[in-house]
Amino acid sequence: MFNGNVALKTEVNRLNSHTDLNDFRQQILDSYDPDRPEILVCHGTGCIANGSVELTQALKKACQTMGVDAKIMPGIKSTGCQGLCSKGPLVHIKPHGLFYQRVKAKNAEEIIQKTIIENKPVKHLLYKDPQTGELFHKEEDIPFYKKQKRYVLKNIGKIDPTRIEDKIAVGGYQALAKALTTMTPEQVVEQITKSGLRGRGGAGFPTGRKWQGALKAIEKKGRPVYVVVNGDEGDPGAFMDCAIMEGDPHAVLEGLILGAYALGAEMGYLYIRAEYPIAIKHLQIAMEQAKAYGLLGENILGSDFCFNAQINRGAGAFVCGESTALFTSIEGKAGNPRPKYVRSVEEGLWGRPTVLNNVETWANVPMIVENGADWYANIGVPKSTGTKVFCLVGKVNNVGLVEVPMGTPLAEIVENIGGGLPGGAPFKAVQTGGPSGGCIPYHLKDLPVDFDSLTKAGAMMGSGAMIVMDDRDCVVDVARYFLRFLEEESCGKCLPCRLGLSRMREILDNFSHGCGEEKDIDDLMGLAQAIQDGALCALGSSAPNPCLTTIKFFKDEYIAHVRDQKCPAGVCKDLITYSIDPEACTGCMSCSRQCPQGCISGEKKKPHAIDESACIRCGICMETCKFKAVIVR
Amino acid sequence: MSDQADIIEEIMGRYPGKPEYLIFLLQDVQADCGYISPEAMNLISEHACVPITQAYSVATFYQSFRLEPKGEHEVRVCLGTACHLKGGQRIVEELERKLNISAGDTTEDMMFTLNSVNCVGACALSPVILVDGKYETNITANKIEKILKQINNEHAGYSEGGTNV
Ligand SMILES: Cc1cc2nc3c(=O)[nH]c(=O)nc-3n(C[C@H](O)[C@H](O)[C@H](O)COP(=O)(O)O)c2cc1C
Ligand code: SF4
Ligand code: FES
Ligand code: FES
Repeated sequence: MFNGNVALKTEVNRLNSHTDLNDFRQQILDSYDPDRPEILVCHGTGCIANGSVELTQALKKACQTMGVDAKIMPGIKSTGCQGLCSKGPLVHIKPHGLFYQRVKAKNAEEIIQKTIIENKPVKHLLYKDPQTGELFHKEEDIPFYKKQKRYVLKNIGKIDPTRIEDKIAVGGYQALAKALTTMTPEQVVEQITKSGLRGRGGAGFPTGRKWQGALKAIEKKGRPVYVVVNGDEGDPGAFMDCAIMEGDPHAVLEGLILGAYALGAEMGYLYIRAEYPIAIKHLQIAMEQAKAYGLLGENILGSDFCFNAQINRGAGAFVCGESTALFTSIEGKAGNPRPKYVRSVEEGLWGRPTVLNNVETWANVPMIVENGADWYANIGVPKSTGTKVFCLVGKVNNVGLVEVPMGTPLAEIVENIGGGLPGGAPFKAVQTGGPSGGCIPYHLKDLPVDFDSLTKAGAMMGSGAMIVMDDRDCVVDVARYFLRFLEEESCGKCLPCRLGLSRMREILDNFSHGCGEEKDIDDLMGLAQAIQDGALCALGSSAPNPCLTTIKFFKDEYIAHVRDQKCPAGVCKDLITYSIDPEACTGCMSCSRQCPQGCISGEKKKPHAIDESACIRCGICMETCKFKAVIVR
Repeated sequence: MSDQADIIEEIMGRYPGKPEYLIFLLQDVQADCGYISPEAMNLISEHACVPITQAYSVATFYQSFRLEPKGEHEVRVCLGTACHLKGGQRIVEELERKLNISAGDTTEDMMFTLNSVNCVGACALSPVILVDGKYETNITANKIEKILKQINNEHAGYSEGGTNV
């Protein structure tokens, strides 16, 4: 929005009113020179892993060594995840609006020379449509972005998340200022209720109703009340909350402060998964900066309202995403869930009324307050309003962060935004909701993705992971994977979960070893019912979902495992064999060199063969072969 | 040991002596010392005013705490869903073979510790492993060999032998 290397303020002045905030915003915008280029380098986790830190250094160095004229000396900025992670590192150049993908440090000089100095695009870094070969210059034209509706992700990838000035320039803290100057706390709660916002952490509980519940509890018990951010994101294979915290930490913080104002809370907690060090750092910075400007802490924006917050790092326990376990963990204890005879809005952290919401839920709050409940309720479908951020991964061309209005058909997300599967085959299933969710088969591809439709199909919105599977993914293996995950993560407090999940996993182990029986499938369903009925918390009671939905939609595949001892997808090790297609094999010897068992024989330039008796089915030969000569059956 | 005692002393200064700071203390000690030794556990539990049994109960409940020292290099294999589907388990097995240890263990020469982790937020680049905190993406058996070789080469200059890979 404005050039990052412009010095704005030498000393930070507290903002003491809405006018102060607006003046400051104007001052930032005025310092912005629209002609000066800006290079936005994605520093989301995926792009960092792909080398964006090195790229940024190379760009800075190139600017210095190549004698760029001071007038066009670009500001180089690090942003959060720009969305299309599979094509990273991504780079955005303003004011040209150019979008570059798979940019490496070695491309830095070329970018400076061509784009910054000569004002031309670097063609080979542009996004190319895999089907049509069409080149795209701008992000907004690429189907992946064009078909999304980015509200929560609006600023992510556009601002430097470590500079509050960037956030204020794009309208950050306007909602807070509006609430503090023109709305009563009750009116804020009313807006959230009317907006229809439902919790994005999984269950989809209406946020307004939760807040009203807390207000009722306060009437009975008085204050203090606490507001808490659930940033534990335990679902293995989902990173949307991570991306929001990393890329737009002030959105979460502003939401939390608004919640505190609405409920009269003086203290808040952000519980963040320890595996997300960048998210923790960015929120820490955000809090420090907000404090310095008087947007957090004492007398916020010059009003009587005071609110402080603290970050708690998680310590690697999935169950701590559960509300009561999360509170116990903040209290410094082992995170065991407790029975919810009394709801946690009444008796939460330290036994006090507490409102816990998910990261994305909090990030929705400021836009609702700013634009009004009616505006928000118009997005999405009547019973699931607003948008949802998904983490689209697995066997799909465009892997990354996606935001669509609630109710968007599944196929639209996977095929149009995700660009379909590599090779163009239809998907086999899409797993939504992680370990508590289910698999949606291809024939339900037009299913609208909203809370209620997913639940009806036996799956679940969950936190928003969307894992695309093809015919090389085995549903028995996936069910077994999630069960084993939950078995390990079960806190062990109650028996149906502790023993039931182990039993279910053992039965699935047997299936994958080829020693199950058809009647075991019925046993699985019986066990699942018992666990659903008897488990104390939702970790246990939703654990059977992946297994149940795969039995429901892919029973044939289960039967193939138990009756024919075959794994049609070629995944379950004990049920498959590797062999070499003599027609395709060129005798290049690379597989025989890599095989850890040394069980591949054959002369150079002659077809090779695998000794099945020694093969441990590690699959390295298949991974190594460049000629697709290794076959799995 | 006295080094460690100093570090722990400094960390305890960061937090008031209350039970709610137990997890903070454990996390900071582990970050600076690599693991939580019995001596550290004693000091922490005293400072946080919790019985030593409760300190152990918390430290063993959460997966991220280690009660034993780890090797000089830590390899963590992502077994999140996206990585699992792209063969994460095979990567663990390959590393187990190469390092001759089971996941969760440390090689005898204290060079390598092998662990798993559930999603590190780079699902687009699966399968992913973390080598001493650095992301290595789209992992194959071939890449593993290169990575391990490089680490061993770095050590070859000033130590004898090393883990044979
Ligand atoms: C085992 C388990 C794990 C959970 N993990 C998370 C999580 O990682 N993040 C999250 O926001 N909610 C998680 N939840 C849901 C929370 O308990 C809670 O419903 C949610 O944070 C409430 O916020 P919301 O209404 O904004 O969704 C989990 C629930 C269970 C039972
Ligand atoms: S259902 Fe499982 S995780 Fe939840 S309380 Fe019972 S044992 Fe613990
Ligand atoms: S991390 Fe760069 S696009 Fe997602
Ligand atoms: S599943 Fe491995 S990085 Fe997310």
